[in-house]
Amino acid sequence: MLEAVASLRGGGKQRREDESMDYVKAFVIGGLVCALVQILMDRTKMMPGRIMVLLVCSGAVLGFLNIYEPFVEFAGAGASVPLLGFGNTLWKGIKEAIETDGFLGIFMGGFTASAAGISAALIFGYLASLVFEPKMKK
Amino acid sequence: MSSMTKGMQSISFQEQPYLISSGSVVGKKEGEGPLGARFDMIDDTDQFGEKTWEAAESTMQKEACLMAIGKAGLKPQDIRYIYGGDLLRQGIATSMGVEALQIPMFGLFGACSTSGEALALSAMSVAAGYGDRILAVTSSHFGSAEKEFRFPLGYANQRPLSAQWTVTGSGAFLVGNQKSNIRISGVTIGKIVDYGLKDSQNMGACMAPAACDTVIQNFEDFGRNGEEYDHIITGDLGYVGTDILLDLVKKKGKDISAQHLDCGKLIYDQDSQDTHAGGSGCGCAATTLSAYVLPKIAAGEWKRILFVPTGALMSTVSYNEGESVPGIAHAVVLEHC
Amino acid sequence: MGQTLEEKQKKEKAYQQYVKEKTPQHNVFVNMVKAFIIGGIICVIGQMILNYCKGIGLDQTQSGSWTSLILVLLSVLLTGFNLYPGIAKWGGAGALVPITGFANSVASPAIEYKKEGQVFGIGCKIFTIAGPVILYGIFTSWLLGLVYFILMKVGVQI
Repeated sequence: MLEAVASLRGGGKQRREDESMDYVKAFVIGGLVCALVQILMDRTKMMPGRIMVLLVCSGAVLGFLNIYEPFVEFAGAGASVPLLGFGNTLWKGIKEAIETDGFLGIFMGGFTASAAGISAALIFGYLASLVFEPKMKK
Repeated sequence: MSSMTKGMQSISFQEQPYLISSGSVVGKKEGEGPLGARFDMIDDTDQFGEKTWEAAESTMQKEACLMAIGKAGLKPQDIRYIYGGDLLRQGIATSMGVEALQIPMFGLFGACSTSGEALALSAMSVAAGYGDRILAVTSSHFGSAEKEFRFPLGYANQRPLSAQWTVTGSGAFLVGNQKSNIRISGVTIGKIVDYGLKDSQNMGACMAPAACDTVIQNFEDFGRNGEEYDHIITGDLGYVGTDILLDLVKKKGKDISAQHLDCGKLIYDQDSQDTHAGGSGCGCAATTLSAYVLPKIAAGEWKRILFVPTGALMSTVSYNEGESVPGIAHAVVLEHC
Repeated sequence: MGQTLEEKQKKEKAYQQYVKEKTPQHNVFVNMVKAFIIGGIICVIGQMILNYCKGIGLDQTQSGSWTSLILVLLSVLLTGFNLYPGIAKWGGAGALVPITGFANSVASPAIEYKKEGQVFGIGCKIFTIAGPVILYGIFTSWLLGLVYFILMKVGVQI
């Protein structure tokens, strides 16, 4: 299936090999991040809301320290898909906004960079409420 | 009338009220559980014809009441008072549920100990001559409880092994002077016991100290040591809470491991139904009492039972504000006659 | 009863310790493996979307946005069809950590609270679970931005 995706855009064998590496890295790194958070979930009594906050804030801090962006370059989706990546996105947005808009950028860049994700969640979440009914857990 | 008080917290009734009849109404998971065939009414949709979980819970209460009243050959007009409660804010499940019956009602909050509290008050009222036929009712619903205390149903979370599953069910009990095979001989009213636990995902551990306190008090007040009861049945301590209770009671010099049962363990099959530490909620004790325990007492299989449902007296606000979770337990002595 | 505060606290601490010992825990290692698998799969799906976008010529930011968008949509659909809870039950952090967990935490209150109306139900409560993520995410990045801005002005290079 991965090959089908790669071949959708052509590019030859080398391209496909590079891509396979992309998927392996995404799987392993993304999986590792989740496995580590699982320890938090099981060993502490942290509720999911608090864990999500911890991840987002950590991502922003790691982005500020210039650690997360290289991590994203290496691991691709394995680093950008976890909520840590969301925090990093917020930081990147603010940094870029400061460079273009100065002080005001600190207030603008976060929401600008994360707009797609947050809007999607809000809009699709709302649309879902029009269509779906709550169901009992099994 | 001479005083019926017994010891520090109990009452021993002179004219022992009868537990005339009861009704149990449950949802899908409970219907599929080990006690499934015994419940009076099961709704596989868990919605009871209503659009919201809260209205469904109200309808369950109404149906349970009608069932208990009907089994005694009576009508709602024949009932003097209702004592009822549930888990929801401002007790809306009860109010909206019993409204249709037009019976004067007392709204209660005892969390999951409400069935014990309602039964105790009903028995006390009958024994004191305040009414010939009094109804005790309580309920819980997985949908409404999860929404209020934890998360919306669609939220994807992983529950710890100590977490319990709120029962979708309602139990109603008719107490009065009409003869039956079950009498309420006494009650022990519990006080609030708080060992400082702040884990809302481990309710059994939060409530076990209260259960221990009330059980030991019952023994002291009545001069018993546990063997007088065929079974001592707690409401929803679950697997974790049961272990803790037995330990706590042992520390007080008594051993109830032979007689102890827990409704939270009886109502679900832990392995096949994936309910972790067992059932919980007001409906857990109430429906199990009605469907499983009372028939055994009526038949004479069990002669004397101590029914001790426990409740965790917290709210989401108190919890968020860093308060611990205090427990309470009320005991009702049921006897075959 | 006459317990001093100190005695009470000691008793409470002892009980907490006792409860900790009596309470069964999930097998952490098994859960880690399951989280690894689910988290890994979701990230691979993200990577597939990223690669496709880059392949058709979109830049890094656009590709990232499309990836977020599509993953959010997938999560909302899975939430609506009552499938995502099952994935989280098995995969734990593997379902919570990716952005799909965030999307589920927005969609599930929206679906549940519609019974309380458009404004006071969905409107007020849609961010019941995800609100803190947005508040503290924005605040933290703002704070870091402030520090960065000051450092820049003062001439320090980061």
